[in-house]
Amino acid sequence: MTAGTVLTDDKIPNNVNLSGDKRLQRALEAWQPAFIDWWKTMGPVGWQQKDIFLRTAVSVETDGWAHFDYVKMPDYRWGIFLEPKVEGRLHHFGDNLGTPVWDEVPGEFRNLLRRLIVTQGDTEPASVEQQRDLGATAPSLYDLRNLFQVNVEEGRHLWAMVYLLHTYFGRDGREEADELLQRRSGDVDKPRILGAFNEPTSHWLSFFMFTMFTDRDGKYQLAALAESGFDPLARTCRFMLTEEAHHMFVGESGIQRVCKRACELMKADANGEVRAQGGIDLPTIQKYLNLWYTLSLDLFGGEVSSNAADAYAAGLKGRYKEERYDEHKLIGSTFAMDVLREGKIVHEDVPMRTALNEVLRTEYIKDCQRGVDRWNKTIHDAGVAFELKLPSNKFNRQIGMWSTLNKQITPDGQIVDASAWAAAAPSWLPTAEDETYIKSLMKPVFEPGKMASWIAPPLKGINNLPGDFEYVR
Amino acid sequence: MVTSSKLLDTDDPMDPVTNEPARVEFETHPSRYKHWKLAVDGDVARLVMAVDADHPHRPGYELKLNSYDLSVDIELADAIQRLRFEHPGVRALVISADLDRVFCSGANIYMLGLSTHSFKVNFCKFTNETRLYLEDASALGGLASIAACRGTTAGGGYELALACDEIMLVDDGNSAVSFPETPLLAVLPGTGGLTRLVDKRKVRRDRADVFCTTAEGIKGKRAREWNLVDHVVARTKWDETVLARAKAVAAAQTITRGSAFALPALGGTVATAGAVDSLAYRFVRLVVDHATRTATLDVTAPDAVEDPDAIAATGAEPWALRAFRELDDALLHLRFEHADIGVVLVRTHGKHDVVRGCDEALAKSTTGFAREVRHLQRRVLKRFDNTARSFYAVADAADSCFAGVLLELALGSDRFYMLLDDKGTIGVSTSVANAGFHQTCTNMSRLEARFYGDPGKVDAILRRGAEGAIPTEEADKLGLATVAADDIDFADELRIAVEERASLSPDALTGMEASLRFVGPETLETKIFGRLSAWQNWIFTRANSTGEHGALTLYGQPERPQFQWKRT
Repeated sequence: MTAGTVLTDDKIPNNVNLSGDKRLQRALEAWQPAFIDWWKTMGPVGWQQKDIFLRTAVSVETDGWAHFDYVKMPDYRWGIFLEPKVEGRLHHFGDNLGTPVWDEVPGEFRNLLRRLIVTQGDTEPASVEQQRDLGATAPSLYDLRNLFQVNVEEGRHLWAMVYLLHTYFGRDGREEADELLQRRSGDVDKPRILGAFNEPTSHWLSFFMFTMFTDRDGKYQLAALAESGFDPLARTCRFMLTEEAHHMFVGESGIQRVCKRACELMKADANGEVRAQGGIDLPTIQKYLNLWYTLSLDLFGGEVSSNAADAYAAGLKGRYKEERYDEHKLIGSTFAMDVLREGKIVHEDVPMRTALNEVLRTEYIKDCQRGVDRWNKTIHDAGVAFELKLPSNKFNRQIGMWSTLNKQITPDGQIVDASAWAAAAPSWLPTAEDETYIKSLMKPVFEPGKMASWIAPPLKGINNLPGDFEYVR
Repeated sequence: MVTSSKLLDTDDPMDPVTNEPARVEFETHPSRYKHWKLAVDGDVARLVMAVDADHPHRPGYELKLNSYDLSVDIELADAIQRLRFEHPGVRALVISADLDRVFCSGANIYMLGLSTHSFKVNFCKFTNETRLYLEDASALGGLASIAACRGTTAGGGYELALACDEIMLVDDGNSAVSFPETPLLAVLPGTGGLTRLVDKRKVRRDRADVFCTTAEGIKGKRAREWNLVDHVVARTKWDETVLARAKAVAAAQTITRGSAFALPALGGTVATAGAVDSLAYRFVRLVVDHATRTATLDVTAPDAVEDPDAIAATGAEPWALRAFRELDDALLHLRFEHADIGVVLVRTHGKHDVVRGCDEALAKSTTGFAREVRHLQRRVLKRFDNTARSFYAVADAADSCFAGVLLELALGSDRFYMLLDDKGTIGVSTSVANAGFHQTCTNMSRLEARFYGDPGKVDAILRRGAEGAIPTEEADKLGLATVAADDIDFADELRIAVEERASLSPDALTGMEASLRFVGPETLETKIFGRLSAWQNWIFTRANSTGEHGALTLYGQPERPQFQWKRT
C-alpha cells in the first residue's frame, strides 16, 4: 500500500472509529501490508488462492460476529473489535479496587502491560506458522475449512493485540507490532517468545490436541486479561474469547471423532486392532493427550510467581471470572497447593497473590477434565472399556517447580527414580515410532463429504450445512 | 529523645508558631542579616559570624556558640553573592566570629535531630554549594577568603574554614580545629571537610584519620605542621596579622572586577489553587501539581537582544542575570518546599536569535560585571544539575527556545523530548554558551558530558549550530533529543514517560540520576556531592546515628549510645 491510501472501515471492519483515528490509520498503513506479506509467506501453504467458506466478524452485535461466505484468505477482512465500553466501570480487584478503570495506559505499568500484550500477541501468528503445512494432509474438506478458520482468527487476534500496541504504546508499540511479524516459530535467530510455540504441529492429531489444550490455555489467559483494569485490553479480550471458543470446539470434537473412529475399528476387528485398520488406537491418543496437556500446563508459568502477584496487585490481570469470588485484594489470604520441598511433594499454604498462576491453572485443569469426560462418554457409549485420563499436573513439566523432576514424576504424580521413569516413558509419551505411524495415516481427503480412515465424520456441518458441502473450492 | 511528632517536616511545611504554611525565604539583604555582620573597608571585607541564638530557621532549638542552621547559611550565600556583584573593590574576605574563644561550632546538632531526612539532605546540599561559592569566588571572581579562627573551630565551622583560601588559627594553647562528628555523633563532617582535608589541603591521609577521630581536635604548632591550618598566631598579634594577610591576599588578586551592580529583590509571586502551587517571577515560572507529583518549570527569553553592561549601567537588571537568579531561587523553593514533586518538565519560550545575541554580548564584554553574570549562570546551572528531581526538557511549542544558554537546561536534563512538527519550526540552537562556557562540576561542558569520549560529535553540533537553528529531526540525528515524536505520538509519549517516572522509587531515582548525570572523571566537587554527601545521607538513616540508641539521637542526653557492631 502506498502512503496516503486510506484504510476504509469497509476494508477493515472495526468498531474503533478507524476512519477518524489518524494515529491508528498511519500505524496500520505501514503494518497492514507487512501483515499480508507475512500471511502469504508464513500462512497456510498452497491454499491462498482457493475460495474458503469462512466466518468473518463484521460487528460486535449478536449477528455480526459470524458472517459466513466464501473468501480467498489473503482477502479475508481482518477487523478490529472491542466489546462495547461499560461506562463507570471500576477496578474490581487489586490495589486499585473501587477506583475508575484506565482508558489510557498508566505510565507506571506501561512496561508490564506491553509485555503481557506482546506475549499474548506473539502466540497468535506463532500458531499459524506451526500449522502452515497441515492443509496438505487434511482428513476432510470440513476439517480443512476449520483449520483455516482457526488460522484466520488467530490472525485476527494478532490484529487485536496490534491495535492495542498501535493505539496505546506509541513508537515502542509500533516497533513491537513490527517484531510480532518478524519473529518466526522455530527460527534459530528470532524464535517465538514461548517455547511451546516453536515446534511445528506435525500432523492433525497434534493439531486437534493443540486446539483442545493449548488454545484452552489461551482462553484462560484471555479471560484473566478480560478482567483487566486497562479497559481497552479487557474489552478486546472479551471479544476474542467468543472466537477462541470455536477453536476449542475444533479440538475437542476432533479428538472425540478420532476416539469414536477408534472404537468403531476396535469392534470391526476380531482382535480389536485399530492400527491394522488405519486408525489411531486409544492408548496412542492417551500419549498425545499426555504430551499436549503437559506442554500447555507450562504456559501458565511458575507455580509461585511474583510477576503474577504484581499483575494482580496492579489490576492488570485478574482471576478467571473474578466476580465469582468474594475477596478481591488477596492480601493475607493463602492458596493450598502442592509444592516441592527438599525433593518431596508437600501440600502447603502459599500467599494467594503469588499463587495466582496456579489458581488459573487449577481452573484450566477442571475445564480440561470436562472435555476428557465427554470423550470418555463417547468411548463408553461405543461399548469400549477404556478411560482417557489427564496426567498429574507435575508430569513432564519443563517450566515451574516440577521441571526439576522432569524425568522422575509419573503420570500418577509419583516420584520414581530416573531409570524407572525412562523405562516407562514410551508408554506415557509418543515415541518416534508413534510419530511415524501417525504421519503415515496423514493422507489428504478433499472429496466433499468423505473422511480419512482414522476419523469419524462430524455430527453436523458448519452453520448447519449438509455433510457434503464444498467448504473449500 | 526526639520523637517523630516533633520533626520539622518539609513534607508538611507548617510553621509551628504561626500554624501557617512555612515558606523558606532565600532572599535576604545585609540590612536584614540576623547572624552575620558585613563590613567593607577598601579592598578587604569582613564577614563576622554573630549567630543570634534566638532566631533559628525554625523554632525548637537555640543557635548557641555560633552554631548554624539554614538561616545562617542563606545569609552567608547572600553575602558572597553580593560581594561579587556589589563590591567589586573587595579582593579579600575575612571570615571571623564575634565570640571570644569560639569561631564556629558547626551545624546545630539539635536542629539536625529535629529535622526530617529530606530536610537534612537539602540543608547539607545547600551548605555544600555555599562553601563551593567561596572557592569559586576565589578561583574565578578575584575574591579570595581567609578564615580567621580565633577560638574553637569545630565540625562545620572547620569545614567553612577549609573552603577559604587560608586558615589562621589563634595559638592560645587551647583553641583547636576539630572534626568531632565521628567520635561524638557517629556521623561525618558532611560539608566537604573530609574531601578538602586530603584533596585540597593534601593532609596526609593517616594524619587525617587520626584528626577525624580525635574529638578535641588539634591545635597550635601541630595543626600547622599537619597543614590543617596555614598560620598559627598569638592572641596579641592576632588583629594586625589578620589584617596584614588580608592586605597581602587582596594585593595578589589579578582578575578584573566591576562595575558595581546592586542586586534587586526578586519578589516571586506565590499562588495556590487546589493541589497546584505556583511561583512566578518575571522570566521564570514554577508550577507544582501535588496531585500528579509533577512540576513545570518555564523560562522565558527577553524580547530583544541585550547589552548587559549598558543595561546594568542604567541600574536595570539584564535578562542574563535576572532570569538565572530567578531560576536559582525557584530551584531552592522546589528543593525545600516540594519534597513530593518527582518530575519537572522544563520548557523555554522566546526567540532563539535573541538568546544567542544575549550570549554573544555577554561573551564579548570584557567587564568584570559581565564575567560575574556568566559565572552566576554557570553556578545556577550546576544547582540545576544537583537538584534531586527528574528533569525532562520539553520542546513542544512554536515558541520553544532551547537556544544557547537555555539549551544548557535541556542538556542538563535527564531526558529531552522534542516535538517533530511538519514545518520544522521546533528545534534547538547553539551559541558560545554551549562551547565550554558553562562547565559542569566535572569541568566539562554539558555537550562534552553528553558525548563523553566522542569530541567529534560536539564539534559537529557546534559547527552545525553556527549555521542556524537545528530542527527536531536533525537534532535527533545529532543525538540531542532523547525522544523525537510527531504530533500523533508526542503527547502520549510524554504523558506515559512522566507517569512512569513518577511511579518509581524517589530514592532509587536520586541515586540513579546522580550516577548518570556526572559523566567523566571525579573532581573535588563530585566527590563532595557524590561520595561524602551520599555516605553521610546513608549514615543519617542508620540506627547508629539516628536510631533509638543512636549517637545523634542521644546527643546531650545522659544515656550513652549503643552501637550495632556490624561493618558492611
